[in-house]
Order: sequence, then structure tokens, then C-alpha cells
Amino acid sequence: MAVTEDTTNAGGIGARMLRKEDGKLVTGESKFIDDIHVPGELWMGMVRSTMAHARITSIDTSAAASMPGVHSVLTGAQLADMDLWAAPLPCAWPVTDDMANPPHWPVVPEVVHHVGDIVAVVLADSRYQAADAVEQVIVEYESLPAVASIEQAIADTNLAHTDLSTNKAYTWAIAPDPEGTQAAFDAAAHKVSCRFVQQRLIPAAMEPRGVLAVPSPMGGDITLYSATQVPHILKVMMAATTGIPENMIRVVAPSVGGGFGAKLNINPDESLALVLAHRLGRAVRWTETRSEAAGSTHQGRGQIQHVELASDANGKLTAIRVKIDADMGAYMMLITPGTPLLGSFLYHGVYETPKFSFTCEGWFTNRTPTDAYRGAGRPEASYAIERAMDMLSYEVGIDPIEIRRRNYINGGEPFEMWENPAGIFFDSGHYTPTLDRALEMADVAGLRAEQQARRDAGSSKQLGIGLCTYVEICGLAPSRALGGLKYAAGGWEHSTVRLLPTGKVEVVSGSTPHGQGHETSWSQIIATKMGISPDDVTVLHSDTAKSPLGLDTYGSRSLAVGGVAISMAADKVIEKARLIAAHQFEAAPEDVEFTDGSFSVAGSPSKSVHIQELGFAAFSAHDLPDGMEPNLQEQVSFDPPNFAFPFGTHVAVVEVDEDTGGVELIGYFAVDDCGNQVNPMIVEGQVHGGVVQGAAQALYEIAVYDDDANITNPSLMDYLVPSAAEMPSIVTDSTCTPSTTNPLGVKGVGEAGTIGSAAAVINAVVDALRPHGITDMKMPATPMRVRRAIEAANGGAS
Amino acid sequence: MIPAAFDYVRAGSAEEALAALAEHGDEAKLMAGGHSLIPLMRFRLVTPGVVVDVGNIDGDLRGIRVDGDVVRIGALTRHSELEHSTDLAASCPLLAHVASVVGDPSVRHRGTLGGSLAHADPASDLPAAILALGGSLVARGPGGEREIAASDFFTGFLESALAPDELLTEVRVPVSTGGWNYQKFNRRAQDWAIVAVAVSDGGKGVSLVNMGSTPLRATAVEEAVAGGASAAEAAAHAADGTTPPEDLNGDADYRSHLARVLTERALNAAGLA
Ligand SMILES: Cc1cc2nc3c(=O)[nH]c(=O)nc-3n(C[C@H](O)[C@H](O)[C@H](O)COP(=O)(O)OP(=O)(O)OC[C@H]3O[C@@H](n4cnc5c(N)ncnc54)[C@H](O)[C@@H]3O)c2cc1C
Repeated sequence: MAVTEDTTNAGGIGARMLRKEDGKLVTGESKFIDDIHVPGELWMGMVRSTMAHARITSIDTSAAASMPGVHSVLTGAQLADMDLWAAPLPCAWPVTDDMANPPHWPVVPEVVHHVGDIVAVVLADSRYQAADAVEQVIVEYESLPAVASIEQAIADTNLAHTDLSTNKAYTWAIAPDPEGTQAAFDAAAHKVSCRFVQQRLIPAAMEPRGVLAVPSPMGGDITLYSATQVPHILKVMMAATTGIPENMIRVVAPSVGGGFGAKLNINPDESLALVLAHRLGRAVRWTETRSEAAGSTHQGRGQIQHVELASDANGKLTAIRVKIDADMGAYMMLITPGTPLLGSFLYHGVYETPKFSFTCEGWFTNRTPTDAYRGAGRPEASYAIERAMDMLSYEVGIDPIEIRRRNYINGGEPFEMWENPAGIFFDSGHYTPTLDRALEMADVAGLRAEQQARRDAGSSKQLGIGLCTYVEICGLAPSRALGGLKYAAGGWEHSTVRLLPTGKVEVVSGSTPHGQGHETSWSQIIATKMGISPDDVTVLHSDTAKSPLGLDTYGSRSLAVGGVAISMAADKVIEKARLIAAHQFEAAPEDVEFTDGSFSVAGSPSKSVHIQELGFAAFSAHDLPDGMEPNLQEQVSFDPPNFAFPFGTHVAVVEVDEDTGGVELIGYFAVDDCGNQVNPMIVEGQVHGGVVQGAAQALYEIAVYDDDANITNPSLMDYLVPSAAEMPSIVTDSTCTPSTTNPLGVKGVGEAGTIGSAAAVINAVVDALRPHGITDMKMPATPMRVRRAIEAANGGAS
Repeated sequence: MIPAAFDYVRAGSAEEALAALAEHGDEAKLMAGGHSLIPLMRFRLVTPGVVVDVGNIDGDLRGIRVDGDVVRIGALTRHSELEHSTDLAASCPLLAHVASVVGDPSVRHRGTLGGSLAHADPASDLPAAILALGGSLVARGPGGEREIAASDFFTGFLESALAPDELLTEVRVPVSTGGWNYQKFNRRAQDWAIVAVAVSDGGKGVSLVNMGSTPLRATAVEEAVAGGASAAEAAAHAADGTTPPEDLNGDADYRSHLARVLTERALNAAGLA
């Protein structure tokens, strides 16, 4: 079924309904972690390593311990003696059997492995007292050589973990035919070989991470409030690593101000708060500061990519060979090792290639661990192939648009269940229409004329037009596929739909919103399914006591897995209600029809009952069919049979000031296809935010480490997150190719913008500079870097 | 991000502020808009024992008065007031414009002209404007008032000729409506300049932002202009004698290059061919 945008139905699938969440958010009624306080709570202050790699020789906590308001100061060694943990912090994705996974303790007992590693924790009555005491803890270190970059890790001269024999953590490959691939390269008419750097990014959600653990000493249970995307996973992992029984732990994610992957981890602070609160019988809390986050929250990207393309004389691809060196950072966190592999299946992009080979090596460095960040592996993949395709187009001497058309899967015609060279099946796709629409929206023909005019006039402000035609893999994930990839958990999602006695509906969502608008979208699904007003629907989520089962929100999975579970649970409620209606009508269930929320008997329209009226019948249970259980409540755990593969075309337009090197993004056009859309306004919002995050990588953001592996720009003054002022008004449109993976025909869209935009922007920057013979530009394309490239291309400084 | 403990005194008048400074000596720090001081305190780069808040003092310390050929501006006048003053737009458009490109609206609604000058940050915009205009600053201390030429005021990185027990009360600039321009180069709208150039009076006054440890007058450019040089010829001297800082946004060579490019643009825009 292909759903087009519905402007008549105010609240069903396809409607641009305003978000239910926004009233609470804009009036400040929403409670974030820092808004929640309990009597007697203690603040943690973290004493963090200032060295990237060192052995702790002594820690003097005496001055700190005697400061006002300080309850205690505990070092890693003392905590180790207290027997608080059953296991180190978890890594759920050991990608190979021999992957190295050095222990990651919440507080380091002996050797620190990155700046920001916790060496001691202060507990104090206030945040200020904790911060004052942290300053008084004196730590002495014996410095060890630090591994400050991927290149240094590969050199293996210094070891990030001295008890490992190499910095290499694993090698992972999909190389079905290495000899055939090599033969294709040997026979190629054209080849390009590119080296791209995916710089490290700081996720910088608007709300920093924070945690509050509240024990109930008499009850024996403990509630962990955390600014997390993954309350369910956190609960399981806390039980597994602390030994506190799972049935004693409740996890609540209050309003969460953005995550982008950075809040899907199992962090030292969360574990510490839980075990200390449990041991002390007092509430324990912590909120990271912005600068602290550079060492206390995982970072994104961090790869060197080697991409080789081979083609025939016409630019038709004959082989793609990719080698990635991925920076794990200091430890394997929840999905650190798997993150680069999430892109592994996509390095051929939207193009057919007879030969394909992908290898990834993971490397330890003495830097903050990496893990998922919006797109997680897929922005890197689409950047690599889309940048490399432009470079191939220069080599072949044809237009970047034309080279894409020549290589599209199935010749750009629609397809379903296409097997890619890595052995997975793309659910559905139709690539040409997004390209045609984007070219038309951006008026690329007109822009090319303007570009030529500026070149002819020798203007110092040159135009660049960049294209990206991406595909991504989302809707994570079929549990068996995850098992095959050695991921520890499944990929299903759970939902319960309850028709209450008064006819209102309660939806229990296993996926966990942190800004996406689940309450709105789930209400719209129920509205269409059950024929009721979305105002009659309440969504319960983000609390393991209200929503005991779930696998949370990441990987653009909420709608394509969780939303589908909700629609399936609604179907089950309707089916049971149909039996009650049939019983009331004294008709056979198969004769009872359901339209617009009402049941009626085929052929006798006078007999009719609205589904909301049956809530009370099911509740009172006075007159139900023989043997039927009371109440209308149904649940579904949906395990998707496949991933979903959204796609689209983005066009970026930049103006490059050749004298200063300044790059201004002056136009952005995005045509995305995420299948059927539940709320097109929410889709556009996701695309806007995603595009900005990718453009930010292209032009602004980079976590810069010095030779001693210190981060040099942890504050938002130096780590340049762009604002609306730097962005053009983004123009969006969509095509609709329904997914074949799920009954709603939906795909995800949470990461698509980021996956498409970095390549589009850099392709545009390079396009502007082509007259200088420039073929590539490192990210971020800073003014100094751009100016230097122009100078170098013209034989030195001018 | 968590400041150390401090005491707080709210001064109701210039006299109260001076008395508090006298009482607490080195321990005390004046706070006007707080938009330079508080970030430093949050990073614990400064830890004053007493913060003397002058931000709410009104009267002569605030406002813009055109007095013949001099514009007198109270030190506590906020950037947004400079930005939106029709008097200033008519009498000294360079200063009004420069105020409008400081930070973002919330910064401009808190930050004050006196605070920006007293902070003496070579990367700030307003000091450069006052320098290019040939303005002066009025300081009041235990010994009374003195007037300091802007060209004598900035003595080092975040250091000025102001004594710790003095309060800036007024800033004076000449009425100046000749050709002017301000070229601010940064990567995000809200940021400090990587380099900026202010030009007043068709190139008679030229100053540089972020090209040394203090806000600078580009004397070599001014001299070239006075000697009849073209904009391009004069701009070639923009980096002469400077020692630009190095950071993630630019090394010294790149900053010098920017200074030349921006100076030429500013001189052109100010009417010099
Ligand atoms: C996010 C952000 C962006 C910014 N961007 C820019 C920018 O682009 N360009 C720019 O130029 N600035 C920028 N600023 C700085 C801003 O303009 C500050 O407000 C200004 O520099 C200081 O003014 P203030 O009144 O806030 O001073 P305060 O922070 O209150 O004080 C600064 C210093 O001056 C002293 N002081 C203050 N008033 C007096 C007085 N009357 N007499 C004597 N000493 C005094 C204080 O003791 C202190 O040492 C930015 C600030 C922020 C937070």
C-alpha cells in the first residue's frame, strides 16, 4: 500500500498533525533528569584522568574528604575492594571470536587509558561541594606512551593497552572473491583510489547526560533515572554487570533532550550511581558538564577509509574494494566494534557492482571510546562511495549525475528484494525519481549556468553544486541477522495496546523517544487503525515499570519495528472486539465488518457499535462470548523479517570565497524516500536536523587531539556546532516506495539526512574548486584548509 | 563549568561600586554584563572572592549622548542599545554596526561596552571600533576621574591601563560619518572573529581584531593611506609588525593573509579605490 499525504484526516496516518509533546516541552512542563530531585541525594563529582595513558602511582584524597559537605571520596582501588561489580562494563557486539576486549571498569583501579577515565569519585551534598572537592584530590601518575591517532595505532610502536600485544582489536571482512576483485581492477579502463578521513565527532546533544539512582532500602528495589535512549537495555546490562537482580531494578528515562546515539551506551557514571546508591541506601546523582562530555560520553566516526573503484570505459563499475581503519578509542563500549560494520553492506551505495570487497580493522587508541553517532557507520559508507563516485566521474570525464545514472541498481527502475554483493536483500528501491526531482527542485541546470558565468568572470565567489544519492540500512533488526553478526541481543520490538473501560486507548511502547515524537506518531497509527481520535490515545514509554519489554530507540528502528508492533497489536484488539460485537449482534464474526471505528453486520447497517463502546463491555465482562477472557489488551513482539532500505538524493549548493577560503552553504535540496509516512511534518523535521548534522561534519565539527592524546577543543566555543544562522532554508520533498519488510510499508528516516548530507556538501565544495584541479577536500572544510588547497593548487601562497 | 564559591555585592551606584572595590581589594572583581567574566569563572580560570555587580546601575553610566562633535556613551550601555540607537547610527555608524555583529542577540542584550573594553580581549569587536575611531575611555577611581586614549588603553593580553580599583564610566568617540566599514571573518554567526578589520573616516583609522595579544591599530595601513596609497597597496601592509595568535581556526600565516584580504575589502567599502 502506498499512502499519500492525507490532508483531510486530521489525525491519522499521513496527517501533518502537530506534535502532542510540544506543549509540555515549550512550556517547561517536561521533566528532564536535572529537574528531578529527591531528599538526601548525594552528588557525584568525578576525578578524571588528565593523562591519556598512565599508571596511577598515588591518590591523596585526605584534603578532599575533609571538605564541607563531602560524604566520601572513593578511588578505583577502594571501589574494587568493595566488590560492587560482577563484571566490567559491557560490550554487546564482539564482532569476531578473537576480538580483544580489555576490561572497562567504571573507575580505573590501576592504569588510565584515556583523558577523562575516572580515577576517583567524590560524594557530596551539593554539586558545588563535589566540584570543589574534586579539585583537591591529588593524583600522581607514571606516564605511559599514548596512542594518539589511528596512524600511531597501526604503527604499533606504542600500545594503547600494555597487556595486549597489538593495538589491533579485530579484522572483519566480506570478501567473497578477492582474486576476481583484483582481476577486475587489473582489467579496468578507469580506476580511482581514495583515502578519506572520517574525523571524530562529539555528539553534543542539547541536554548533557545525567543519572539519578534512588534506592528504596526497605523495598529492596532501586530506580535508575537516566538521560538514556535505552532504558530496557540499560536495565538488563546493569543487572548483568552489577549482580543486582534484574527484578529489583527499574529504569526510567525522563524527557531526554536528544541522543543521536550518544545516549545508547552503558556508561561508568550510570553503573557507579546504581551501585553506590544500592550500597549506601542513599540517592546518588550526576550530570555531566559540557567540557566533561568530551571524555565522559562516547564520540562518533573516527575512521580512515581506503576506497578503490574500478570501471569500464563508460564509467560502469566493475569492482569496489574498501579497507577501513576504525578508531575504537580506549575501550569497547556497548556497540563500539560493530559501529563501523553497520555501513559494511552499503559501500557500493545505490550502484551495481559485479565485485565487492570490504575489510575493516578496529584499532585501540588512548582516546575517548567511539560508538554510535547518528547514522553509525552508514554516513561513513555513503560519504565514501558518493565522494569516490565524483572522483571517478572526473577520471572518466563525465558528469557526476550521468555516472550515477549509469550505475544505479536495476538501471534506476523499481525493484524489490534485490540481493546486494554483500549478500543482503534491499527490500525495495526506485532511485531515478529522487534524482530527477532533486535536480528539478534545485534547478541544477540554472545553477550550472550561473557557475559558468562566475568562472568566466573570474569572480572570487565561486559556486559549487554537490550531489549525493544515498541508500541506508535501518529498521534494526531481524534478530537472526543480528545473531549472525554476533550481536548479543535481538532486534524485535514490543508493544501493548489497551482499550480502556471508557473507550480511551493506552499504547505501551517498547521503543523509547528522546525527541522523535513517538507519542504523536503512535497516536496517529492507532487513530487510523481503530478509527478513533488521536486525542483519545495515550502512549506509555521510557519506564521499565510501565513498559517492561522493549529494545529502545536507535538505528532508525522505532517506526519500522516498534510502530509496526503497535499496529499489529491494534489489529489484535480489533479482532477480539469484533468477537464481542458479533456476540452482541448475535451474528457470526465473519459477518461483522469494521469501518471507521464501527462494527456492523454486513447487510444490516442499523446494527452498529463503535469500538470505543466495547471497552466497557470487555471490562465489566457481564456478557462476553463463552470462554473469552475479560479486557481488551493485546501485545505483540514484532521481529522484522528484514531490514529497511530508505534512499534519496540530496543536492548541496555552496559559495566558496576563494580569497578567504570561507565556504557558505547557500542551498540544500533533499528528496528522501522512507516509504509510507505517518507524519510528514515529523519526517521533514528529522531530515532537517539530520542534514544539519551531516553538513556540520562536512564544514564545522572535529574533535582535535594533540600528540599526547589530549582533546584540545572540548568546549562549544572551539567545537563548532553550527546554528540555524549557518544553514540555508532546507527544501525537502519525498517519493514513496513502500517497504516490503513490514505491513505498514514504512522505513526509517531518523538518520537519512545525516547519511546524505556530508558527501553532498563536500562534493559541492570540490565542485567549486575543480577549475584549480582540486579533486578532494578533507572534512571539515575549514576556511584555512580550503584557502591552503587553492594556494597549493596554484603553486604556493599568493 | 561549576564556579568556585564567591560572595556577591550588588552596587546601586558608581560610589558604592568604588567603595566595594576599595574594601575588598584584589579579592574583588567588577561584573557588568557578566558575559566574559562568568564563562571564565565557570572554567575556574578566575576565582574572585567577591563579585561586585554594577550591571544594574543606571543614570550617567548608561546611554548615548551626542555632545557637539563628541559622542558620550555610558560604560554600562549594552551592545543592543548601541546597535539600535538612531542617534548613534547618525553620529557614528561604524560603532552601531560593530555592536550589531557581536555574538548573538542574547549576548548583545547582556554585554556592555565598558565590559567589552575592560576585558581587553584582542578577539573582541568593540575595542577595534573604538581604536579605529580614535576614541577615549573615562575611568573613575579613589583619586577621581581620568581620560585614557584608546590607543594607550590596551596593554597586554586581557590587560588594560585600568587600575583594579577603577571603574570605567564613559567612552568617548568623535562624531564620525566618513567612509567606514567593518569586515568580520568568522565561521559561525555567533563567534568571535578569526580576524576582523575596522575602517573609519575613509581609511584614516584602521584597526585589527585577533592579530596580536591586544586589539591593534594598523598603523602601517593608516600611514600608507595617508601617503596616497590605493586600497590594494595599503592593504598589503595589514599584517606588518603583527604577531597573530595560532589556534584551530587559523595559524599566523593564514591570519596575516586574512588581514590583507579583509583590509582591502574594508578600505574599498569605505570608499578608497
Ligand atoms: C556566547 C558569547 C559570544 C560572544 N561573542 C562575542 C563576539 O562575537 N565579539 C565580541 O566582541 N564579544 C563577544 N562576546 C563577549 C561579550 O561581548 C561580552 O559581553 C563583553 O566582552 C564583556 O562585557 P560584559 O559587560 O559582559 O563584561 P563582564 O563579563 O561583566 O566583565 C568583563 C570584564 O570587564 C570588567 N568590567 C566590566 N565592566 C567594567 C567597568 N565598567 N569598569 C571596569 N571594569 C569592568 C570585569 O571586571 C571583567 O574583568 C561573547 C560572549 C559570549 C558569552
